[in-house]
Amino acid sequence: MTDTASAPTETTESVEEFATRARSWLAENMPSIDPANPPEHDRGEEEPWQRAKELQKKLYEGGFAGICFPREYGGLGLPIAYQKAFNNESRCYEIPVILNTPTFTICAATILDTGSEEQKQQHISAALRGDEVLVQLLSEPSGGSDLAGVITRADRKGDKWVINGAKTWSTSAFAADYGLMLARTDWDVPKHEGLTMFLVPINSEGITLRRIKQVNGSVEFCEEFFDNLELGDDAVVGEVNGGWHVASRQLYHERRAVGGGSEFASGIGAEGKSDVPIDYVALLEATGQAESERAQEAAGRALVHRAVREQLIDHVYHGVLDGSLPPAAGSIIRVTHAEVHHLEFDTVLSLTGSTGVVDAGDDMIRFGERYLSRQAAALGGGTTEIARNIIGERVLGFPREHAADRGVPFNQVKRNKG
Amino acid sequence: MSDAPNPERLLFASTTQSFLEKGASLGRLRELHEAGTSFEMDWWQRAAELGWTSLLVPEELGGGNVSGDGVADLALVAELAGHTVAPGPLHPVSVVLAGLAEVPENHEPTIESLISGEIVASWAVYEPGKQWSPLNAAVTATRTDTGYRIDGVKDRVEAAADSAVLLVVAQCDGAVRQFLVPTDAAGVTVESQRSIDMVKTYARVQFDGVEVDASAVVGSAEQTPALIERQSQIAVILQCAEIVGILDTVLDFTIQWGFDRHSFGRPIGSYQALKHKYADLKIWFESCRATTNAAVAEVAARSAGAEMAVSVAKSYVGEHAPGMLQDCIQLHGGIGVTWEHDLHIFLRRATLYRSLFGTPEDHNLRVYALTKNLENA
Repeated sequence: MTDTASAPTETTESVEEFATRARSWLAENMPSIDPANPPEHDRGEEEPWQRAKELQKKLYEGGFAGICFPREYGGLGLPIAYQKAFNNESRCYEIPVILNTPTFTICAATILDTGSEEQKQQHISAALRGDEVLVQLLSEPSGGSDLAGVITRADRKGDKWVINGAKTWSTSAFAADYGLMLARTDWDVPKHEGLTMFLVPINSEGITLRRIKQVNGSVEFCEEFFDNLELGDDAVVGEVNGGWHVASRQLYHERRAVGGGSEFASGIGAEGKSDVPIDYVALLEATGQAESERAQEAAGRALVHRAVREQLIDHVYHGVLDGSLPPAAGSIIRVTHAEVHHLEFDTVLSLTGSTGVVDAGDDMIRFGERYLSRQAAALGGGTTEIARNIIGERVLGFPREHAADRGVPFNQVKRNKG
Repeated sequence: MSDAPNPERLLFASTTQSFLEKGASLGRLRELHEAGTSFEMDWWQRAAELGWTSLLVPEELGGGNVSGDGVADLALVAELAGHTVAPGPLHPVSVVLAGLAEVPENHEPTIESLISGEIVASWAVYEPGKQWSPLNAAVTATRTDTGYRIDGVKDRVEAAADSAVLLVVAQCDGAVRQFLVPTDAAGVTVESQRSIDMVKTYARVQFDGVEVDASAVVGSAEQTPALIERQSQIAVILQCAEIVGILDTVLDFTIQWGFDRHSFGRPIGSYQALKHKYADLKIWFESCRATTNAAVAEVAARSAGAEMAVSVAKSYVGEHAPGMLQDCIQLHGGIGVTWEHDLHIFLRRATLYRSLFGTPEDHNLRVYALTKNLENA
């Protein structure tokens, strides 16, 4: 297994030289944008994905794709400082940021950790070239947090695997080429021991895809139904019945990515207007509170928490790297991400007052609407409750929560009623 | 405090730590409290001999640091001091030296005596009835034939009763200036003020026509706002670093308590409600450490972002630390609110720091103002 948390190889080019080279390349090759008003990349539409793939191809051809991925799979094999320098230089350019999560930060990172040499050669470099979008097919309609309890089945028929079941909450699966799909291959052993991870071509016979509409109107998430989908042995990632190990790596990478702590993310710009950090100075002007000390103080507090989140990401990243924090400390970032998100949306609901809920022509209602989806930040990518369990148990070492299914063959475990 | 542990700093840390464990334990703190003593001068001189007072002063003035980064070295001392809520005038002496080291002219003997630990000094910046506004002084300095005459009242001056000199912020000819005023000068009256800390004392200091030489002034009128900003930054990062040390120790023994204490046949840390509380404490602790480290690095580098980083750190640490310690008391149960348990000693110091040199709310306003300036720049 490749340890993706270790510092990659060396180069003779300094970070500053690399940044200078990136600066001039970006100016010549990438479309410039106003970072405060970026182009809208609605993950629920087809077009942004085509656009992202084209831009990714340009990055690859220019030698700036996969800065922290190993050279043998199409990356540059450089330490995170180079990626950060690139991110910094790329603020005013259109970067295909929608490819970061889950394609690079979770899926490619997990394939790098656990995939076969062929899978790494094929999928990591295809993703870095802009040829493949990767997604996760993990959660099921029957449950989200208890991931090892999945009931999508993969049955052996001759030299094929036959898949039946359903997956849900897969981000942008409609735009994806491959998905990492966790299925049960042995029902007679305890739940973690009978799972296998498959790399599934999304546009296959036997997969029906449906969009999920969220509170904010987004249709980026999908639900997939598998009816006798056939896969070969080359689709297995890791070992047969060793799927939990692969899934654990995905979860690890996901927790880091959700908080913004992944070295595999390229570019730090917003994905669209609704993703631009709140400009409190403009907000106070627009709501006639520029001189209100109460409003300034509330806004200042939100800015403080936002700044500390960034400092924390850096601190935890280096702590995991130097061993002063265990890898599970990524969950510290995950919870903080949600908490800061909550604080910002609570603050903005308070600051916008009545025009946040009735459209009085000042466009403040967009903040009221965003508030309605506040909890998404505490649910997506694993709930904050699970993250706090992880911190309590795997960072601090307290006893695990009681699990009624521990050590019990999965076909004897109690499941949802009805 | 930095990414790569420096061998000199590691050695300095271990010497400092054993010095603190020997002479500044929590038991010793209780003895000082019982005796009504803030700290002992000969103990402070030994701390000075270890190098605590020289870190912010360049070598040509008799100072010197350990790792090449004196600000980070000093923050390390403060963090270690937090482990045992150490007594002593580390903060006031460091803040005065931070100012004097920038503009040492005429003040070399004072700097030397402060470094040797022979004398103590403190920053007289607060005024009665006013919250934190260091540039806004009502104390006046009036020019005389030989120097200046200082009139007015300062308060919340740490260790004033033990200080030989005070660095006094005053209005002079329409500008804010700072003066070194000996506490034994005619017209200086020091009146003790109680604090919530076990040993730290403060004082109201009255200046009635106190005459000082022209050489008592520290820095020019143009330099003074930047000097006051630098002193404020040093004061705040010392508070934050010491609080990180406090939280580190208290979290350690509170987590251990979660393993050792059993209720209904289970360790209390196995209950999810408490496990999640512990998780939050860990999250906030790492955030306090992260933002303190960032502020220390910016102040050490004298970067343009130092002002912002310091206010971010003080706001965050000040907002969270007292509540975290109250949570630790809750996790301990009834023993946590007894005089015998040490928890209140830690809570006292952290709560004191929360509210001095700018409350979290003051620093939130500052962060907003700095953000607005950046946007309008």
